[in-house]
Parts: sequence; C-alpha cells; structure tokens
Amino acid sequence: MAAPVSISVSPNAALVALNRFGFGAKPGDDLGRIAADPRGYVKAELKQQDIALIFPDDPKNAGLLDSTAAIQASMAAAMERKAARDEKAAPTMRTMAADDPASPVETKAKPAVPRVEADIYRGEAQARFDKALAATPGFVERLVGFWSNHFCVSAAKAPVVRACAGAFEREAIRPFVLGRFADMLLAVEHHPAMLFFLDNQQSIGPDSRAGKKRGRGLNENLAREILELHTLGVGSGYAQADVTSFAGMLTGWTMAGREGRLGEPGTFVFNANAHQPGKAMLLGKTYPDGGMGQAEAALNDIARHPATARHIAAKLARHFIADDPPPAAVARLAAVFTKTDGDLRSIALTLIDMPEAWSTPLAKLRSPFDYVVALRRAVGSTAGNEPQRSLRWLRALGEPLWQPPGPNGFADQTDAWASAEGLKTRLDIAWQAAKQADDIGDPNEMLASLIGASVSAETRQAISRAESRQQGLALLLMAPEFQRR
Amino acid sequence: MSLLCETPSLSRRAVLMTGGALFAWAYLPRFARAADNRDPRLIVIVLRGALDGLSTIGPVGDPDYAGLHGDIAVSLSGANPALPLDGFFAVNPAMPVFARLFKAGQAAVVHAAATGYRDRSHFDGQDVLESGLPGPGNATTGWLNRALASLPAGDRIAKAGGLAVGPSTPLVIRGAAAVLGWAPQALPTPGDALAERVLDLYNHRDPVLAAALQKGLDADRMAMGGQLDGKMMKPRGGLDNAACMRQSARGAAKLMAADDGPRIAALAFDGWDTHVNEGGATGRLANLLGGLDGAFEEFETGLGSSWKDTAIVAITEFGRTARINGTVGTDHGTGTVVLLAGGAIKGGRVIADWPGLKPAQLYEQRDLAPTSDVRGVLKGLLADQFGLSAAVLGDKVFPESAAVKPMKNLIA
Repeated sequence: MAAPVSISVSPNAALVALNRFGFGAKPGDDLGRIAADPRGYVKAELKQQDIALIFPDDPKNAGLLDSTAAIQASMAAAMERKAARDEKAAPTMRTMAADDPASPVETKAKPAVPRVEADIYRGEAQARFDKALAATPGFVERLVGFWSNHFCVSAAKAPVVRACAGAFEREAIRPFVLGRFADMLLAVEHHPAMLFFLDNQQSIGPDSRAGKKRGRGLNENLAREILELHTLGVGSGYAQADVTSFAGMLTGWTMAGREGRLGEPGTFVFNANAHQPGKAMLLGKTYPDGGMGQAEAALNDIARHPATARHIAAKLARHFIADDPPPAAVARLAAVFTKTDGDLRSIALTLIDMPEAWSTPLAKLRSPFDYVVALRRAVGSTAGNEPQRSLRWLRALGEPLWQPPGPNGFADQTDAWASAEGLKTRLDIAWQAAKQADDIGDPNEMLASLIGASVSAETRQAISRAESRQQGLALLLMAPEFQRR
Repeated sequence: MSLLCETPSLSRRAVLMTGGALFAWAYLPRFARAADNRDPRLIVIVLRGALDGLSTIGPVGDPDYAGLHGDIAVSLSGANPALPLDGFFAVNPAMPVFARLFKAGQAAVVHAAATGYRDRSHFDGQDVLESGLPGPGNATTGWLNRALASLPAGDRIAKAGGLAVGPSTPLVIRGAAAVLGWAPQALPTPGDALAERVLDLYNHRDPVLAAALQKGLDADRMAMGGQLDGKMMKPRGGLDNAACMRQSARGAAKLMAADDGPRIAALAFDGWDTHVNEGGATGRLANLLGGLDGAFEEFETGLGSSWKDTAIVAITEFGRTARINGTVGTDHGTGTVVLLAGGAIKGGRVIADWPGLKPAQLYEQRDLAPTSDVRGVLKGLLADQFGLSAAVLGDKVFPESAAVKPMKNLIA
C-alpha cells in the first residue's frame, strides 16, 4: 500500500488554501476570490484575536467544565459507582443464597463508559466539532489538532482522563498554538490529564520521604515520552540514564487526590514529600535540587534544544506538506523555531509562505477527523444525531477522538489511513451522510462550489452520471479531490 | 548460571549445534508441498506496547524471580495458580487454552528472546520488529510482506496474498505483495452500485485508492458471508480488549479457512504497556492475555481441519524490566517471550538458554537478558512452513541478518 499517487493532482491554489491548510470548502465559498490571494486568505485567520480559544462562558458552550471541575465530577461519580456496587453486592448475595445457591454471584457488571465522564466528553467533542465546522478555512483548528495529537492523552486510560481530555486541550494546547512552544510544553506537562495519562502521579523518588516510607519508587513513563515524543525525538542522543534521571526530577509532579490532602482535588500540585532529593543530570547538564523548579528548568532547556526544533519542524512539514517533506522546508522551519525561540505564530506564517506548500501535489489522504469535518461542512445540516454520529464514524475509521492507541498519537501518514478497511469505511460513511442529508442540491453545483474548476474530467463525469442526487453526493464525498489534500 | 529449560529432552548443546550446523549444508526447502499434502498457514500477532514475558511465562523455578517481580509474579500457589509447563516455567493462569495446547504438543515458548533492537522506544522497537530491518529508520515495508513477495510467482500462497486484520494495516504486512484488509463491521453498507461507481472513478483517477477499496470490499463480502453479524462493534484505535481480539481472530480464521483464502495473516493487538498496576494472575495484563488466549482458541476452532498445518506466532517489540517499578508495574525492558501455537508447531517445549535473574545476569542490570533472536524464530517458521531459503531470509526478508540462523525444528 506504499505506492505513490500515480496521478498527481496539480495543486490549485484555492484547494491548497482550503484543503492543505484548512478543513475544506463550505457551500457558498468563493473559490475564485480565494485563488486571487490564497496566502492572505489563510493568514487572515491568524489575525483574529483569541482565534484558537473556546470560551466556556459563551452560551453555546454552556456546560463545559474546566479540568478541575471535570476531574472532581469524575471522582464523585467514581465514589457513587463504588457505593452503588457495594450496596448492590450485599443484598444480591443474600438473595442468591436464598433463591438459587447454585448461580454465580454477578455483581461486577459496570457500564463500559461511565455516564458522567461520557457526558462531559460528548460536550467537549461537540464544542470541538462546532469550532471546526465554523472555521474559515480552519488552519488554526488544524494546528490545534496537530498539537493535541503531538501532546496526546487517551480517554481509554481511565474515566478521569475521558472527563478531562477536552479541558486539557482547551487549557494546555489552545492558548499556545500561536504562542511559544516552551509555554505549551510547560502547560502540558503540568496538566493533571498528562500526569495521569503517563503515570507520573504515581512516580515517587526512591529517596524521598514518601519513597522511603512506602517502599515505592520511580515510574519513568512520562520522562521517557517527554524526551522521545514531546521534545527531542527518538535517536537524538539521550540515554537510559537521562530518562531515569529526568524521571527523578519529575517526581512530585502530581494531581491532588479526592481527599484534598495535598490541595484542591483534581489540581496540579507539587508534592515535595515524593520528590527525589538532590541534584540531577540531564544531557550532561547538572540541575541543582530546586524542588519543582528542577524539572521546569530542564523542560525550558530541552524546549530550546536543536533536536527539538528539528523534531517539531519535521512533524509539522509532514503534517501540512507531504509524508516525505522536502528537506529544505524542514530545515527552514527548524531555523525559524530556533531563531524565534519557538514562536509558533512565526512558524505558522513560515508554513503559509513556503513555496513547497503551494507546489507539492495534494497527495496526503485526509485523516479521519479532517475527513469527517470536511464531509459535514460539505453536506451542511443533517439529520444525524450529533456529536454521537461523528464520534461513531471516527471510531469506525480508527481515529476515535482523544483516544489514540499510544502516547505517540495517531499516525500522520497516508499509508496508515489508505487501508482497505479504511477506504471501505469511508464509502460506508459517505453513503450514510448522503442518505441522511436533509436537502441535497444539485451535486454538479456542489462539486463546482466545493472543488471548483480544477476538478478532473472523470470526477465531473462520474457525478453527472449518478443515478440519484444521493449517489452523486456520495461520489463527490469519495472523489480523490475530496479525499486527498 | 546458564540453564536450559526445554521439554521433553533437547539439550542446550543440541540447540546450539543445530544453529551452527546451518553453515554446513544448504537449507532443504519444502517446495514439494503438493507431495506432502500440507497446506501451511502462518499467522503473526504483533503485541504492541511491550509484553511482560516474565508475567506471561513465569520462570517460577528461578530463585530470584519472585523477589524481583514482586506482587505481580505468577506463582504455582495461591488463589490463581499459574499453570505449570515444565519443571521451571509456568504460564499465566489467564491462558488455559495455551496451556492445553502446550500439553497437546501444539504450543511452545521461546523465552529470553529479543530482536536486535536494544533501546527502549516503543515506536522504534515496533518498527524494527515489524520491518525486520536491522535498526529503526524509514520503514515502509514489513518482513511478512517481503516473505510473501519472495515466494515463487504463481505459488498458491503468493496468489492468495496476505490478510491484514484491523482498522489499519500493520507495518509487518505492508509492502509490494497483495494484502487483503479486514476488520469487524459496524456501519450500514451502501449498495454495490455506488461502490462500483467509486471504484470506476478511482481506477481512472487514483489507482492506489482503487486497490485499497477493492480489497476492502472483497474482504467484507467474504467475511460477512457467514456468521459474523453486523452488530459486532468495530474496534477503536486498535484491538486492545479481549473481546476485540477474539472477534478479529474469529473473522480472520473464517477468511483463512476458505480454500482460496489467504494463508498468511497479520494482526496487531495493542495495550501491553503496563507501567502501572500491571497485575499478575489477575488484573490488567491477565485480561489482555485472556484475549490473546481467546484468539488462539478462535483460530483453533475456526480453521478446523487446517489447524494441523497452521503456525501462530505472537511477538512484541521488547520486554519489560525484571524488577517491578515504583507503581507495581514494569518499565520498558529487553528480553521477553515469543509464543507459538498451532497444529503445525512442534510444541510442548519452552526453548530457552536461560540467562538467570541475578543482578549481574540482567541486561544493563535491569532487564531479562536476551539469549535468542526473535528473527531466528521467525526465520525458522518461514523456512519450515514455506521453504524460504536461509539466503533469502537473511538478505531480503530480514536484511543484513545472515548471522542470525533460522531456529530449526519449530515445525512438527
């Protein structure tokens, strides 16, 4: 499946602006106007104040909880579930004993996804979809998706992560996507969602007071993934000793528990009792013991490391330009990263300005999230029950929201998504969306407004010959011009 | 201390000699399959996240094991005793099917095994495991696909192609040889008319998408023809729970049991990265092992009369620390197990040049030291099931691995 695209679609500037940088056209978009100044069209989004933020006090986002409230709600729900189980267990056993001594005691039935957490997750998903559906063209939301996947947590880890995954993105990712990389890194690694996801809340310095008393010790998961995935990148020269030492520096970074012994439940706290005392080495530099400041100093250093600049530059170029990005483009992004001290707005502007972004064929397959959003933008209002329907689609496509299979996030290469199963599922979804669309106009006109004059003769012909409007719409949603970006 | 733990009675020396003897004569291919009437199948299950081999197949006879592996060590006593395999090793009680197959001579273990990769990144480790390359890098094809592509053109197995199970194609089976993709189905399907039109458009405009979609449609038709019903849930990101593992094995077995179905398949099961509260005889790891055990059972049942010619191998990128970490789990390590099952396996043996678990015997004083190369096991299976020569295996399938000899006598 690794074959290259055998027919390269010559990149039309309006489609580059809409599809490479955004979530695709919406009915009514003027492709001619966009093509007249495609870079300006994408940059306009960056000029809007607070464009990346989702405000919980906006009435349409009513009900979104900050991570502390979400975690506390999850903690409370966990207590209720436990109480319910305990209550159920006792009488059940009595009943069993009386009625049917032979039948096994079955009291452990618990819902696969607890309701409170699932409700919060759904609300957050709705807000994320709303934002992506409305964005023009969606470059900033694409950046949010990129960084959220780079610094991913998984809702599958535990109910509490399901509850706070959306808040994590709003609090630790969105405020910084046009800010400084080091600030985002610090916000992410301080966030309870990440500390929980990568087990740091349980990591204890062996020589700390808590470590000596409880006989527990280090868990190096967070330290390793920070170095390997979040900053320097694998193979960039750190050793096992760096991982172990950095894990010690990060001990004490935790989340206050339900009882509130360390602080407001569900908030970040530094637990000095669990912190490995003493100085520590990372990448040949010695960090004096400074409590929480020790790991913060290290994070600030590795955020500015040349390996981090290269790692981030390569990932961004791979995401926006091509699976094998032009080395010159990567080098330029890395240079801007270093020169601007990781200013992500400058890097975004560099991406828009690079000639490679406008000359490389539109060959990447849209990721499932991008595909579902583009499809919903194209189809407009539908009868589907949202966001459940979109979330179901993402699961079927292998990219469930905020639930990657590992801390390296979802794949960002065409090969991973252009699978037999993936394409078959896209066909099912295109058909379902077309069937449920309330008001389908002329598919030929939709084609003109969504893909425009650069469409291939074959795609145009296939749609014009469709046997129904629904089939024509489904064909449009499956067209190579709609799948690739 | 170096101890060989293998039943019934092969000595360590014998194992070493079979390795060395390969220098002496060319490998005997088994291309005369029509004559011996075998119809071999090979199923590769990739366990992503690094399986704790010491909790899967516990060296209960090693005096240092219980101390190192602490509360999560499996044990022959207690409420959930491990199931003894021989006098030294015991399998996690979550795997009764594997234990039964082992007793019946249809399952085996290679312990203290690792690929050539010695760092501890999951993603590089998986790349090395699945690509078969000597180190991490830009891996785009997998060893199983290259093995398939190395079979003589027109060979029945080559013509049937490979089978990839799950929402995305595991790297191990990506490459030039034809691969069918399939995953349990959840959404309502459109009629053939739309599919034909989209395929026609792709054939004209986008052959890569055309090939993928065609395979997806074919696989669905085949697998859905039988008992797999549409109510089955599609797995999320990966196959990481027991029910999904079983389900995907059931579907794969059905596809592979067909006369013209694929003979080579790859599945990837996620979720083995047990840093916290790993559990021992019960708990998180045990639940996953139960799913893997269920997959073995589904293959045994679903393949029917073909089971006797089938080899299943479960592999993982590396093992986990011998000593439990501060959170009753284990961190990334090195040596681990390879599990073999199937009617074709010469089973009932734990094959291990056991390195011991004393501090000085551990790799970098933390991990089970690797004494067998996973590639040797895989080469042995490919050689005996499909007659691939040591030269092809050492060059094309596992590049730059001529020094790693195919392990002999894995197939009955």
